[in-house]
Amino acid sequence: MARDLFVRLRHLGLFILRRDRLQLAIWIFAIASLNVMVALAYDGLYQNAVERATMAEIMQNPAMTFMLGPGYGLDDYTIGAMMGHQMLLFSALGVAIMNILLVARHSRADEEAGRTELIRSLPVGRLASLGAILVVAVLVNIGLALVVSFSLFACQVESVTLAGSLLYGFLLGVVGFLFAAITALLAQMTESSRGTLGYSLAALGLCYIVRGVGDVSSELLAILSPLGMILRAQVYVNNLWWPVYSVTILGIIFAGGAFFINSRRDLGGGLISARPGRTTASTFLRGPFGLALNLQQTTIIAWLVGLFLLGLSYGSVFGDVELFLEGNEFLRDILPMALGFTLTEQFLALLMSILAMLATVPALLVLLKVRAEEGDTHVEQVLATAISRTRILLSFVSLGVVVGLLSLVLSGLGLWLAANGVMDESISVMTIMQASLAQFPAILVMLALATFLFGWWPQYINLVWLYFAYSLFTVYFGVLLKLPTWLKRLSPFGVLPQMPIEPFEPIVALWLIAFFVIVLLLGLKGFTRRDLNN
Amino acid sequence: MAVIEVVELKKRFGDFFALDGVNLTVEKGEIYGFIGPNGAGKTTTIRILLGMLQATSGQALVFGQDAWSDALKIHERVAYVPGEVSLWPNLTGGEVIDFFMRLRGRQANNRRDELIERFDLDPSKKCRTYSKGNRQKVALIAAFASEADFYILDEPTSGLDPLMEHVFQDCIREAKKQGKSILLSSHILSEVEKLCDRVSIIRSGQIIESGTLDELRHLTRTAIKVTTRSPLKGLADFPGVHDLQDNRGVTHFAVDGEALGAVIEHLSKFGISQLESAPPTLEDLFLHHYQGAGGPENG
Repeated sequence: MARDLFVRLRHLGLFILRRDRLQLAIWIFAIASLNVMVALAYDGLYQNAVERATMAEIMQNPAMTFMLGPGYGLDDYTIGAMMGHQMLLFSALGVAIMNILLVARHSRADEEAGRTELIRSLPVGRLASLGAILVVAVLVNIGLALVVSFSLFACQVESVTLAGSLLYGFLLGVVGFLFAAITALLAQMTESSRGTLGYSLAALGLCYIVRGVGDVSSELLAILSPLGMILRAQVYVNNLWWPVYSVTILGIIFAGGAFFINSRRDLGGGLISARPGRTTASTFLRGPFGLALNLQQTTIIAWLVGLFLLGLSYGSVFGDVELFLEGNEFLRDILPMALGFTLTEQFLALLMSILAMLATVPALLVLLKVRAEEGDTHVEQVLATAISRTRILLSFVSLGVVVGLLSLVLSGLGLWLAANGVMDESISVMTIMQASLAQFPAILVMLALATFLFGWWPQYINLVWLYFAYSLFTVYFGVLLKLPTWLKRLSPFGVLPQMPIEPFEPIVALWLIAFFVIVLLLGLKGFTRRDLNN
Repeated sequence: MAVIEVVELKKRFGDFFALDGVNLTVEKGEIYGFIGPNGAGKTTTIRILLGMLQATSGQALVFGQDAWSDALKIHERVAYVPGEVSLWPNLTGGEVIDFFMRLRGRQANNRRDELIERFDLDPSKKCRTYSKGNRQKVALIAAFASEADFYILDEPTSGLDPLMEHVFQDCIREAKKQGKSILLSSHILSEVEKLCDRVSIIRSGQIIESGTLDELRHLTRTAIKVTTRSPLKGLADFPGVHDLQDNRGVTHFAVDGEALGAVIEHLSKFGISQLESAPPTLEDLFLHHYQGAGGPENG
């Protein structure tokens, strides 16, 4: 009987691998090469003990602990220790997202579309579909673990040992498996693929924040989060393997729960069921802008709330930063003064950049929805009424602009509220709002580029995410990797000044806004000329 | 042995009974029509038969086995085509057909190629480019190529053009000739009328009528158009006569099955010069039963 449940699992698994091989290969390659690049760059940049000790001093402040995890091996901050401290969590987030997308795509999304129904009508075990997805996830994560391990070890960096590299790789692998299992469970409980994806990403965000708060304040709280667990492996320094086992066991428990629900529930059913909707259209739903808003209100609200909470949690660290600086004469006397700014201000500038980039995500998502609408032939139906193409596209663009602006304001506000509550010398709300809004032209540029791609080459619209990833990479790692400035300046976020440590430059902002207007107009023109395609 | 035996089947979604005591028997070798308005419970019944939904109570047996717990064994002998076929956008139609066949443990064969030709499908195109009809063809080809013993078809032709509908009907008849059984749920009543041996009408989760088409016809009215030499009288007072209309000597009316004999006898007294009678179509039957839900029943 138990075997019956999984009949044809192998066929279904191979089918998933065949469809996703390229996508999965790109993910694994990207994650492995990012780690290799950083390891090699660190090895080149921090060759003597003094430089590494300086970095250790900068890195062990609470703000960094909140963002990256607790430092360890700081007395001898080897390249390996740096990797484990600064790269492990970041890579784990990437691996988790890869697994969430993989599982959501093949579980609830297939079921929602009706493809699972076709498969279930064949002589295929009731749990074979879910089983195939999880087996594929396990294989992919083992593959990822091995590729990351051996490519890191192949860097031939002294402290990056084989034992450490294997642990590093498998820490990433088990986190991947855990989030695959969590997504599989949520796919059984929610009735839509958007719900599955939304709840899974929210679970990841929650793990990140719980770990951050825990890392700064309570060891117990940090270990409650699987992301906190893997950072306790002290990879490349003490190489503890217990987090690998405990995260695996957690994953098995979630996967078991997913199988249990899957074996009992109706196809198409879930535990969190959809509420009945409105029977008449609301007053807001009276044009393409209203439609764009109506379709995405839940997504928008979720992102705004999420960014506000992230702002709050970032802001909550400022009190610890202040305390830390008081106690650390080395940093207080030498480092920040040399630059003319306090560490608080430098940290604030970095946070504002990161928040601005995160604020770009909902703005872009809202705009890119127009592409999905075109693919589903929904745009056709609106165009068939007396609405012009320009007006449809502009509706989505303006919604993106509004969402981007709100995201900046709310995340900044959250940061200020929390920082103000915990600091003795508070930062003024104006300083934070200026620093936040100074990044707005960069969001406009990203929106304009997306509009342009949509207008002329809609099939390549996702290139805008690649450019976004590039921006994220150069700004986030620019300082650590000491990347040349021109690389950073290829991104709109890199061109804009990081307030408050750099002065506002109206000329640059104006240039970016002019770019936005021109490229936006070109994009609109493209859309009025091309064929609609599904 | 019956292919399907459904007894007092109930399915509850929350507070709502989608099926409220369905009884249905499909014998081996017959084509069984399953008709009813949207939301009446056709698809829910079918999904329970396929082991995708669990019945709240009652019995659903396919080949004498339980539809939920023996789903795997049942599916080896069942082929299913849903009304809304959704495929993998980046695979070709040919790939999908082969994949479905492999999941049955079969390899691509001549039958597959023959069906692709008959249904005039281009198997080299990606599924994203297929219209609704073409996606249905993919599912139909995979189903008929499987050589199952029992076909469950849920509005399988809603996207097909008339030409392809004919091909479909041929395939169904061939399957019947080979002794296979078919459960056909459809809105295209002329198709059901042409193909099916027996029919069940479902409404609000209950079967309200079952039987052969002839048996069902007895329950409803025949349309009569008559011209008589002397003016017709007294027809309006006859029990079982409805919708009486006089149009310059040509009389139209509908008569209940049980009253037909008496009415014809009455008519002959007036000297029939022309008489046309039309048996009720399935559509009439359907409307008759459906309107019983609240509409004018004895209009």
